[in-house]
Amino acid sequence: MTAHDHDHGPSRRKVLECMTWAGTGVLWTVAGGVPTALGLIDEAAAQETKGFTFLQISDSHMGFDKPANPNAKGTLEEAIARVKAIPGNPAFMIHTGDISHLSKPSEFDDAEKIISQARLDVHYVPGEHDLLDDEQGKLYRERYGRGTKGPGYYSFDANGVHFIGLVNVVDLKGGGLGNLGHEQLEWLEDDVKGRSASQPVVVFAHIPLWTVYPQWGWGTDDGAQALGYLKRFGSVTVLNGHIHQVMQKVEGNVTFHTARSTAFPQPAPGTAPSPGPMKVADDRLRTMLGVASVTFKQNEQRLAIVDTPLKA
Amino acid sequence: MRIGTACAAVAAVLTVLAAMPAAAAEVKVGIDNFTFSPKVMTVKAGTTVTWTNNDDIPHTVADPGKFKSKALDTGDTYSFTFTTPGSYSYFCSLHPHMTGTIVVEAATGSNDAQ
Repeated sequence: MTAHDHDHGPSRRKVLECMTWAGTGVLWTVAGGVPTALGLIDEAAAQETKGFTFLQISDSHMGFDKPANPNAKGTLEEAIARVKAIPGNPAFMIHTGDISHLSKPSEFDDAEKIISQARLDVHYVPGEHDLLDDEQGKLYRERYGRGTKGPGYYSFDANGVHFIGLVNVVDLKGGGLGNLGHEQLEWLEDDVKGRSASQPVVVFAHIPLWTVYPQWGWGTDDGAQALGYLKRFGSVTVLNGHIHQVMQKVEGNVTFHTARSTAFPQPAPGTAPSPGPMKVADDRLRTMLGVASVTFKQNEQRLAIVDTPLKA
Repeated sequence: MRIGTACAAVAAVLTVLAAMPAAAAEVKVGIDNFTFSPKVMTVKAGTTVTWTNNDDIPHTVADPGKFKSKALDTGDTYSFTFTTPGSYSYFCSLHPHMTGTIVVEAATGSNDAQ
């Protein structure tokens, strides 16, 4: 749980290190075919990265101005400033949804202005906050949906890795969780059919595809079916947002990871009356938007979280 | 003296409320902490139910095919008048684990929130 748990010894190459900074995103690299979360971002920058690197940011919530963070725009700007400072060449970013808070054109405009400063291609999937316009996602699809199917799912290949962006925030059922739906699942089954099982797969969607805490809706009803189509692959990495905190789980060949928000924190499952924005003292918010690392040692099945303030 | 005055005022208000016709009923449902409150409400046909979102996150009120609000930001309200008896199960289409029920009875007697 502390920085002292960090292993800086010679076994580093065998260690999957994932450092995350709440206000930024996660830096991923693919070396030897296995996506590895290197962390965010200062730590990652200090590391010798080999292979192919990309970033994840999530839950920007442009337009959010409530007490949990009256300046979500400012923290996104800080996050992108961090991204720009990364040495090396991350190939692109993925954004795992809730770009906006209320799907207003001005909110998408603000997000675009800030995120484009990173000068990286960005692959988006929508969160439920991005589909609130009268036509349930028309604005999102106009801006981000080119070349996608249905409400915005798609796949692409980069450096030998197959990336799949899924949408699990549409047509949600009362009493249920996130939902992919029959049509998207059929598309997914077809999309991965015939691919070599040795090809690394990265799946990203807004709501966790695994069941984190159903009492708060943190899971996807038909997520298991989607993961079933990916069972035969030797390396599957599932990246989500929505819950505004880092969680990681490894199950067989599948690594699940959720990123923090760039806007505001949410409570740990079951620790508050609701999953709503968590208001913390101003000085604590900065701490929470600082650097947090999650270190998972593959051999020890151990997860360690290290927090470092945004500003020393 | 002050207490006595306050009690008299409350009694007067209660008398007025008791005399109000049930048909003009308007009732309120709060949305707090990702929960509809009260979660189950029984009303008479003709009652207008108004939901108010008190959370810092938008919510909706939806019973597909029957009624659906736009996204309600903090402090926003949505009203729907129930004219047909029956049981209406609704949910938030953004956070579908949030569910509630409005039971609408034939228009006799008084409203009763459960």
